[in-house]
Amino acid sequence: MMEELERYLRMDRFPHMWCPGCGNGIVLGCMLRAIKKLDLDQDRTVIVGGIGCSSRAVGYLDFNTLHTTHGRALAYATGIKLARPELNVIVVSGDGDSTAIGGNHFIHAARRNIDLTLVLFNNSIYGMTGGQYSPLTPVGKKATTAPYGTIEPGFDASELARAAGATFVGRGTTYHTELLANLIVEGIQNKGFSLVEAITACPTAFGRRNKMKGGTEMLLWQKENAVHINRAGRLSPEELDGKIVIGELHRREAPEYTELYDKLILNVQQETQSASIKTMKVE
Amino acid sequence: MSRVVELARLMQGNEAAAEGALAAGVRFFAGYPITPSTEVAEIMAERLPRLGGKFIQMEDEIASMAAIIGASLTGVKSLTATSGPGFSLMQENIGFAAMAEVPCVIVNVQRSGPSTGMPTAPAQGDVMQARWGTHGDHPVIALCPSSVREAYDLAIRSVNLAEKYRMPVILLMDEVIGHLRERVVLPLPDEIEIINRREPQEAPADYYAYRADETGVPPMANFGTGYRYHVTGLAHDEKGNPTNDPARAEGLLLRLHDKLNLNLDDILIEDSRSLDDAEVVVLAYGATARPARQAVKEARQQNIKAGLYRPLTLWPFPTASVDRLARQARTIIVPEMNLGQYRIEVERVVRGRANVVGVNRVNGELIAPGEILQAILEVV
Ligand SMILES: Cc1ncc(C[n+]2csc(CCOP(=O)(O)OP(=O)(O)O)c2C)c(N)n1
Repeated sequence: MMEELERYLRMDRFPHMWCPGCGNGIVLGCMLRAIKKLDLDQDRTVIVGGIGCSSRAVGYLDFNTLHTTHGRALAYATGIKLARPELNVIVVSGDGDSTAIGGNHFIHAARRNIDLTLVLFNNSIYGMTGGQYSPLTPVGKKATTAPYGTIEPGFDASELARAAGATFVGRGTTYHTELLANLIVEGIQNKGFSLVEAITACPTAFGRRNKMKGGTEMLLWQKENAVHINRAGRLSPEELDGKIVIGELHRREAPEYTELYDKLILNVQQETQSASIKTMKVE
Repeated sequence: MSRVVELARLMQGNEAAAEGALAAGVRFFAGYPITPSTEVAEIMAERLPRLGGKFIQMEDEIASMAAIIGASLTGVKSLTATSGPGFSLMQENIGFAAMAEVPCVIVNVQRSGPSTGMPTAPAQGDVMQARWGTHGDHPVIALCPSSVREAYDLAIRSVNLAEKYRMPVILLMDEVIGHLRERVVLPLPDEIEIINRREPQEAPADYYAYRADETGVPPMANFGTGYRYHVTGLAHDEKGNPTNDPARAEGLLLRLHDKLNLNLDDILIEDSRSLDDAEVVVLAYGATARPARQAVKEARQQNIKAGLYRPLTLWPFPTASVDRLARQARTIIVPEMNLGQYRIEVERVVRGRANVVGVNRVNGELIAPGEILQAILEVV
């Protein structure tokens, strides 16, 4: 399998920069399996990242890759996709990147339903800067900037995307890799804005500080605390408390933004044409 | 009918900037409304789809700047337009465009600041922000028109320079020029020089996205054309991959500056009036150059040897020209709708060889010819 994925990697960029036990490589692996399954054209696929450990994934990938500014990946990607709708555009971003500094772009990309797939690496923390709390850090958890535990309630990124207008929302974990890869496949196939939230472990900046031990223990934590959406419906809110619901969470039909724009161009150009024919007749 | 009458039309400065950009081949606009630049966005929203181009109103100016960089990476000439508060928000991504060498044009129609200031009043308070607004030692080109026709011409030139040197170019207008209506005769399409970015000739496997030849400017492969490479705001090597190697990082930064330093003859443009024997030189740009021209004319009528020097390229600074003025003139008067942002640069180059005097206003009003004439009379 690995060899089959190597064609998507810039092998000369390894070893990667992630810590031992980090889940980012697993998410990346799932992404590549999804890309392989869909057989996306490497020359016609753009992968855009923000700033953070997770966003660094783009540098290892052999596509047109764009490593942008903190929080802005979706806005850059919007420009790419609108200018050239024929390109596949995938965005990778961290929880801080897409729900704190980039929160505005996140809801507006979802609202427009522009055909981008956002793979959100949710490690519950700002990894790259050493463990400050993010809008997805669960309340009570410790961070370097929340030494006594955060008092802020967190977002549910998937709910946020759904409410803002996303047409596909799924959540997986780095323990449930097959599910995660399949969700990314579904996300890319969906013609519209898709969020795939990947729960991933950051032992260095989150686990250590929150008594979750190392990468293996954090993976097992994902195994024990994830509830598939098909089972979640049968559980009471009390039973679901503290659990992560995984699977395809939301899907709806809606027109896609760049298709609407192309139609608008067609209409406007036809109107202009018929208007000029009319004036010719008058003359 | 003669061609002139046929093609003459009444045009607003902002409209001229928009039309100039379209004439230069801009087919993507992302922006966020702000007075006194909004007309540019409105015209683009109307015109672009007719031309098969794309307009998008983004959620803010940060996103607007990001979107035009993204679009430009795919090979589409891209523009945004804003004013002070929005220009401030764009700065981080302008730095990205400089570092990653992505052609794009930012129209900044200056209004009175700081902060929200006086939204409908003119100012020239963003001259230094245009130069140093984003962090780090970045190169920048900023052009500054003094008339409606010039807004058109400099919009074309901004797009051309962005493409040629692979960098963000700022069209630094002000509220007066943006909202001014003048009769203009525009050039015919075949009279307009259009420059497109240089694309690589080599095979993708041999392509180094950031390896430059003697021009200092690497050829640019557009996304989706089979050249797979990495674009980042991190210091990077010739392949575009991040590096912490001091020599590579410095080499990159120096090359970014060399792109301008090696090509100043092409980038710097200027205009002058009765400068040959001038002992008093008024150095003015943008809207302020209009009363300055009038003041110089009136001074000449009083047999005062006054002249006008007008940089159309504000950045990079026209060091050689100002150096010449320093040797020629006794006094250089710099009228500005700010507290002397460009004057300090003039003083830096003049180094005491001539007397440098400011005429400044920050009350949202244009400087009157009489004020500049007064300054001339005081020094002769
Ligand atoms: C404008 C700006 N502010 C702050 C930073 C510093 N910074 C870099 S990465 C980061 C947080 C990254 O956290 P997250 O998005 O959750 O990604 P992770 O590193 O955990 O994958 C911050 C605050 C920056 N690069 N730019």
